[in-house]
Amino acid sequence: MMLEVRGLRAYYGEYQALHGIDFALDEGHIRTLLGANGAGKTTVLRALCGMVRSGGDILFDGRRITGWATEDIVRLGVAHVPEGRGTFLRLSVEENLQLGAMSRRDRTAIAQDIEQVYAQFPRLKERRQQQAGTLSGGEQQMLAVGRALMLRPRLMLLDEPSFGLAPLIVEELFDRLGEVNRERGVAMLIVEQNAALALDLAEHAYLLETGRVVMNGPAAEIGADESVRRAYLGY
Amino acid sequence: MELLLQQVLAGLATGAIYACMALAVVMIYQAIDHLNFAQGEMAMFSTFIAWQIIQWGQPYWVAFIAAVALSFVGGVAIERILFKPLHNAPILSNLVGFIALFSILNSSAGFIWDFNIKTFPTPFGTQPLLGGGLIDTHEAGMIGVTLLMLALLYLFFRGTRLGLAMRAAAHNPESARLVGVRVGWMTALGWGMAAAIGAVAGMLIAPVVFLEPNMMLGVLLYGFAGAVLGGLTSPLGAVIGGFAVGLIENLAGTFIPYFGRELKLSIALVLIVAVLMVKPSGLFGRPTVSRV
Amino acid sequence: MTAGPEETIAFEPAPAARTGLTARLQHHHLAIAAVLTLALVAPLAAQSFVTFQLTLVMIYGLAILGLNLLTGFNGQFSLGHSAFYGIGAYTAAILMDRWDISYVWTLPAAGGVCFVVGFLFGLPALRLQGIYLALATFALAIATPQLLKFRPLEPLTGGVQGIVILKPDPPDFVQHALSGLHLKPIDADQWLYYFTLAVILVMFTAAANLVRSRTGRAIMAIRDNPIAAAAMGINTALYKSLTFGASALYTGVAGALGAIAVQFVAPDSFTFLLSVSLLVGLVVGGVGSIPGSLFGGVFVLFVPNLAERVSTGLAGAIYGVILLLVIFLMPSGAAGFARMLAARFGRRSRSI
Repeated sequence: MMLEVRGLRAYYGEYQALHGIDFALDEGHIRTLLGANGAGKTTVLRALCGMVRSGGDILFDGRRITGWATEDIVRLGVAHVPEGRGTFLRLSVEENLQLGAMSRRDRTAIAQDIEQVYAQFPRLKERRQQQAGTLSGGEQQMLAVGRALMLRPRLMLLDEPSFGLAPLIVEELFDRLGEVNRERGVAMLIVEQNAALALDLAEHAYLLETGRVVMNGPAAEIGADESVRRAYLGY
Repeated sequence: MELLLQQVLAGLATGAIYACMALAVVMIYQAIDHLNFAQGEMAMFSTFIAWQIIQWGQPYWVAFIAAVALSFVGGVAIERILFKPLHNAPILSNLVGFIALFSILNSSAGFIWDFNIKTFPTPFGTQPLLGGGLIDTHEAGMIGVTLLMLALLYLFFRGTRLGLAMRAAAHNPESARLVGVRVGWMTALGWGMAAAIGAVAGMLIAPVVFLEPNMMLGVLLYGFAGAVLGGLTSPLGAVIGGFAVGLIENLAGTFIPYFGRELKLSIALVLIVAVLMVKPSGLFGRPTVSRV
Repeated sequence: MTAGPEETIAFEPAPAARTGLTARLQHHHLAIAAVLTLALVAPLAAQSFVTFQLTLVMIYGLAILGLNLLTGFNGQFSLGHSAFYGIGAYTAAILMDRWDISYVWTLPAAGGVCFVVGFLFGLPALRLQGIYLALATFALAIATPQLLKFRPLEPLTGGVQGIVILKPDPPDFVQHALSGLHLKPIDADQWLYYFTLAVILVMFTAAANLVRSRTGRAIMAIRDNPIAAAAMGINTALYKSLTFGASALYTGVAGALGAIAVQFVAPDSFTFLLSVSLLVGLVVGGVGSIPGSLFGGVFVLFVPNLAERVSTGLAGAIYGVILLLVIFLMPSGAAGFARMLAARFGRRSRSI
C-alpha cells in the first residue's frame, strides 16, 4: 500500500480540525474525499504535505512521514495542486513548469517532460512565455496540473480542481486527469465539492464531516445511494 | 550648460552608489518583505574589514574579494541567527531587530576602528575622464560597476535554476515549498547576496566620502528612497531609482536657491513621496495582474 | 460585569466564575492604586534630579502613547513622530518666550497645532500603505529639524541656537495652601512633576476611554481589516486622519511638556533618532497597550544611559543587545509579559 493514513489529527493553533482520519490509497489508483465546506477535506491534503501541525500516522511506502517538512515530502514524489491552484502568477508559464521540476536534477529529461506537458495541454504551449496570471481559470488549472506532473509524481493531491471553472472546462480537465492516471500510472487523491464528477473518476470515496470519516465505499455505490447523496453530497 | 552637464554626471556618479544600496535593499525586501535598516551599517562594516586587510599588507583585490565573501557569509549568518526566529513576529518587532543590528554594528565599528576618518583606495584612480573635469575615472568606475552588478543579477535571476527558485520563494513561499524549494535557505541566500552587494557599494563610496562609522547614514537613506521610487519589486527599478535620486539631489542642491546642503535630503524625499502619491507602487513596481 | 451575548466569540472558553472575575478586577485596581500612591509620594522623598527624570519618564510615556494610538491601535506606521514632538515643543517655547504666555496654555495650544498638522498630514497619507507610509513619515522626520534651521524662519524659531525658556515656579495658591497646612513649600521641579502627573492621568484616562468606546472599536477595526471596516459603514478615511491628528496631539503635548521640563528647544533635539526611540519604546512597552507606553518611557530614558555606564565605547552595541533580548524574551513587550505573569498567578489562585 503506497499511502496509509491512521488516526490522523490536525490542528490550527488550539483548534483541532481533524479527529482521527483513516484511509489508504494504492499505487496508480484514484480515490476521492467528499464532504461539505469546512468538513476538513483541504486540511487532510495539507496534513499529508506537512503544511499543518498534525498527529497520528501517515505512512508512505511504509515510512512514517508525519511531521516531515513539505520540501522533503515533495521529494518522495508527492505533488500537491492546492486550493486556488497556487500558480506563480508573476512568472511565465514555462517558468512555472520548470519550477515543478525544481527538486529533480536530470536536465534533459526535464526538457522532454515540458514538451510532454505541452503535448497533453496544447493551450499552455501557445502561452508559454506569458505571465501565468494572465491565463484564464481553466488554463491556470491545466498549468497547475502540468506543474505537478513535472515532478514525475507517484501521487497527486488535487484540492477542488473544479473550483470556479465552467462546466465544459471541468469536464475536459477531468478527462485529462483520467488520461494522466491511465498513461502515467499516477495515483490521485481528489478533494471535490463537485461530487458527481469526482465519483465518476475515482474508484473509492470517503465522506468527511467535521473532521471525521463518516462513510466510505466504492464510488459507484456511494454515487448510487440516494440518501447518502442527499444528506452529504447535495444532489 | 557645462555646469548642468557636470552636475548631471556628478549626480549619476553618486546615483550609482545609491543604486547599489537600492539594489541591496530590494534584494532583501524580495526575500523577507521588510526593509533592512541596517543595510548601510553592514556595508560600512564590510568596508572596514577590507580596509583592515589592506592595512595588513594585502593588495586591494585580495581585500575586495575577501570582504565580499565574508560579507556574504555574514549576511547568511545574520539571517539564520537573528531574523529567522523573528520570522513570525510582528513587523514592529522585526523593525526593532534592525535597529538593534544597526546599533551593534555602528558601535562595534567605532570601538574597533575608532571614529577618525580614514582614506580608502580606489582601483580606478582619480584621473579626470572626458577632459574638462566633467567626471573622473573613479566616478566612471562606480557607474560601470553598478551596471555590471545589475547585469550579473539579471543573468542570475533569469537564467539559472537557483535564481528561479529564489524568485519563486520570494513571490509565493507556500507554492515554492510544494515544488520542493527550500524556502528558508533561499531567504538566507538573499541576505547573503544583499550583504555582498552592500559591501561592493561601501567599497565604492568610501574613497569619496572617506571611511568612518557614520559614513553610510546618508547613503542608506538615499538608497531607500531610490528603491521605493523604483518600486520595491524591481531590481532594475531600484537602480534607475537610485540614479534618479542622485540626479535630483544634485540638481536641486545646485540650482534651487535657499536649499543648500541641509535641505537636499528633504527635497529628494518630498519629491519621492509626491511620485508615490501618483504611482503608489513606485515607478516600476508591478501590481500583480491576476484573473480569478 | 457580565459579557453580553454580542460580545461572546466562538472558541473562547466560558467566562470565569463570578468570584474569580471580581478577584482579578480587584488585583488590577490594587496595582493601579499602589503605583499611584508611589507616584504621588516619590518627589517628596527623592532628590531633584530623580524627580526630573521621573517627569521625563512620564513625558516620554505620553509621547509613546501618541505613537501607540496611531500604530498600535490603528495600524498606521509612523517614523515621523519626532516631528510632532518637536512642533509641540517649539509651539510651547515660542508662546512662552516670544509672547509671554503662561506655560499652562501652551499645552492645549501645542495639542491643537499638532492635531491640525497631524490631520492634514494624515489626509494625503491615506493613499500610502505600509512601507510607503513609513517613508512619508520618515521624510517628515528628516525635514523637520532642517526646516527649524531654515534661515527665513529664524526670527520665530531661533535657528540653530534654538530658544531658551524659564522653568515655571509653583503657583502661589499651592504654596499658600501648603503653608496653611504647615507643610514645606515645593520647588519648581516637584511642581512640574505633579503638573505633568495630572496631565498624564487625564490624557491616559482619555485614551483608555477612547479605546473602549465605539470610536475606539472602529479605529481598531480599521487596523485589523480595513476592507471589512469600510463595508460595515465606517468612514475609514475620516477615522484614519482623525487618529493621525489625535496621535500627533498626544505627542505634541508631550513635546510641550518636554520643552518646559528641559527649558530649551533646538532643532537637533528633534531628529529621526527621536522617532526611533519612540518606536523602540512602543515595542518594548507593548504595542497596543496603554500602560505599556509608560514602561516604554522608562526604557527609553534609562536604558541608553545604562548601556553607556557599562561600557562607554560599546554603549551602542550593548543597547542593541538589550533590545534583542527584549524582543526575543518578551515578544509582546512588557505589557504582554505582565499579562502572561498575571495569567500564571490567576491560574494558580482560581479554583477550577
